[in-house]
Amino acid sequence: MQAADFRIDSGPDGATLALTGDWTATALGGATARLTRALRGRAPGAIDLRELGRFDTAGAFALLKATGGHVDPADFRDRPEAEQILTLVAGVECQAPPPRRRLDPVQGSLQKIGRGVTDFGAEFYRNLAFNGRLGLVGLRTLVDPRRIRWAAWFSLAERAGLDAIPIVALTTFFIGAVVAFLSADLLMTFGASVFAVELIGIAVLREFSVVIAAVLLAGRSASSFAAEIGAMKMNQEVDAMKVMGVDPFEALVMPRVAALLLMTPLLTFVGDVTGLIGGALVVWAKLDLSPAFFLQRIEENVGAMHFWVGMSKAPVFALIVAAIGCRQGMAVGGDVESLGRRVTSAVVQAIFAIIAVDAVFALIYLEAGI
Amino acid sequence: MSDPGLDPDAPPVEVRGLVNRFGDQVVHNGVDLTVERGEVLGVVGGSGTGKTVLLNSILGLHRPDAGEIRVFGRELSRLKARERAEIEERWGVLFQQGALFSALTVRENVAAPMAEHTTLPRAMADDLAEMKIALVGLGPEALHRRPAELSGGMRKRVGLARALALDPDLLFLDEPTAGLDPIGAAAFDTLIRELATNLGLTVFMITHDLDSLYAVCDRVAVLADGKVVAVAPPRELEQSTHPWIREYFLGPRGRAAARAAGGTR
Repeated sequence: MQAADFRIDSGPDGATLALTGDWTATALGGATARLTRALRGRAPGAIDLRELGRFDTAGAFALLKATGGHVDPADFRDRPEAEQILTLVAGVECQAPPPRRRLDPVQGSLQKIGRGVTDFGAEFYRNLAFNGRLGLVGLRTLVDPRRIRWAAWFSLAERAGLDAIPIVALTTFFIGAVVAFLSADLLMTFGASVFAVELIGIAVLREFSVVIAAVLLAGRSASSFAAEIGAMKMNQEVDAMKVMGVDPFEALVMPRVAALLLMTPLLTFVGDVTGLIGGALVVWAKLDLSPAFFLQRIEENVGAMHFWVGMSKAPVFALIVAAIGCRQGMAVGGDVESLGRRVTSAVVQAIFAIIAVDAVFALIYLEAGI
Repeated sequence: MSDPGLDPDAPPVEVRGLVNRFGDQVVHNGVDLTVERGEVLGVVGGSGTGKTVLLNSILGLHRPDAGEIRVFGRELSRLKARERAEIEERWGVLFQQGALFSALTVRENVAAPMAEHTTLPRAMADDLAEMKIALVGLGPEALHRRPAELSGGMRKRVGLARALALDPDLLFLDEPTAGLDPIGAAAFDTLIRELATNLGLTVFMITHDLDSLYAVCDRVAVLADGKVVAVAPPRELEQSTHPWIREYFLGPRGRAAARAAGGTR
């Protein structure tokens, strides 16, 4: 490949433009601008092609552009294939593209704010509509259990629930251990290190195991629900269901909601057990309190109430994760970008909602004195 | 020619003894096919005869189980990255669904190969992209749209413009007229024929469209039973004794297409 270049030879009968090298897209580089400058709007008298290598539409376009279209096809007699390309390109009517509409910055930012507000309102409305429809389909399923798609329920329960057990177990184990380390250290300064057991028990049973399980599910399942349903929407599978008379809520959303409703309490229980094990091991190693003592103290001083408080949040979190994941999946449009955006917001919204609802639970239980 | 790595006289595509298996299913069992310089070769075959697998094998998207594939005289599997890039500059591919980059506008899609492979200034690449888009028959109003906002036919045209962005010597088309209305399909056929003649392209075209075969192809390769059972101009294939080819060309649709093409060629 030789870079495209040119020479302007002034002879007795006007200037001759000699093209050298390859006038192709890959070899062109900045030759167009240089030729335009060299010609300064004058049309070349004749064109000399003897040193011209390859010639393609990019070269033809550049030549036409630089000369303002003043190229005599007769100069291309010796290169019929190049002449053909030149004629083809010269024949293409290149209309100027419509200018992109540009708003002045004030108007633009006002428009952005306005759109943000209406989008927020519309999104809120559609969330309500989704929740209402979900409730309706849920009730219908309860009334008429024959509508349950057992195969989908169970396969999703396995995928979203059972397969998540190892990661939930491991994470809560470490959380339990960390809480144990911190509380043992801190309480030792007061000589009250034995209360670390209560702290671990309450923290793990009441908050950590259920919140960690829900956050992991938000990362794991909300994203996959949104991506699955979104890809099905892009593939028109959801439309195909609708025209077949299959309610996508019943076929796609309900099984996912049901699967998480069933599995989140289980995952929370697993988290309770491994969290306590993590705590007990650290207490044993650091404070030399045996696991038997740890268990006994949990039973006497912590009690089952904290366990049930934690457990009571599990179905609510399950509903949040599944509903947000499915809702975002259903909102995917036709393009890839919206899929990415919806999956991201599924995870972000689910985690935010979990934390926010957990705070509400804390207030309610505080008022109730539980 | 100034590309020392590529043999200018070798056929653009040469496939020898290609074998492809998926599990127990043998798709190709010794496919031999040569695409000659400057011709438009159509590839036909029933569903599941591995037309797209053949294309993917030539493009290097699928690793064949056995066989040799040469593009511009070079065997693809033995190429270094730099040599491969040299070949990638000289072929263009139109995928079945267009395969446009959905995050980019139409003009950015067409300019993408130029940005990747050339040193053209940005403005020049944009102008050139606009020219290519006009060349495939799209108006300027399409330039700033995204692929999601285009109809199927427009998407194919943009795909073709992108495939032509670097003026390839070799153009691969995967069912270019599938999903187009008959008028759009005929216009697309004319466009391909015109471009192939004027730009001196070699075209490898997978198609189901009998009208396209008669209108565009110089030769047609028929895939059946895991092999290429015939390569000939469409008129000659009508005389073939192979049952699938007879069914294909002499069935009601084949005859209608032959009649329609009869007046023009």
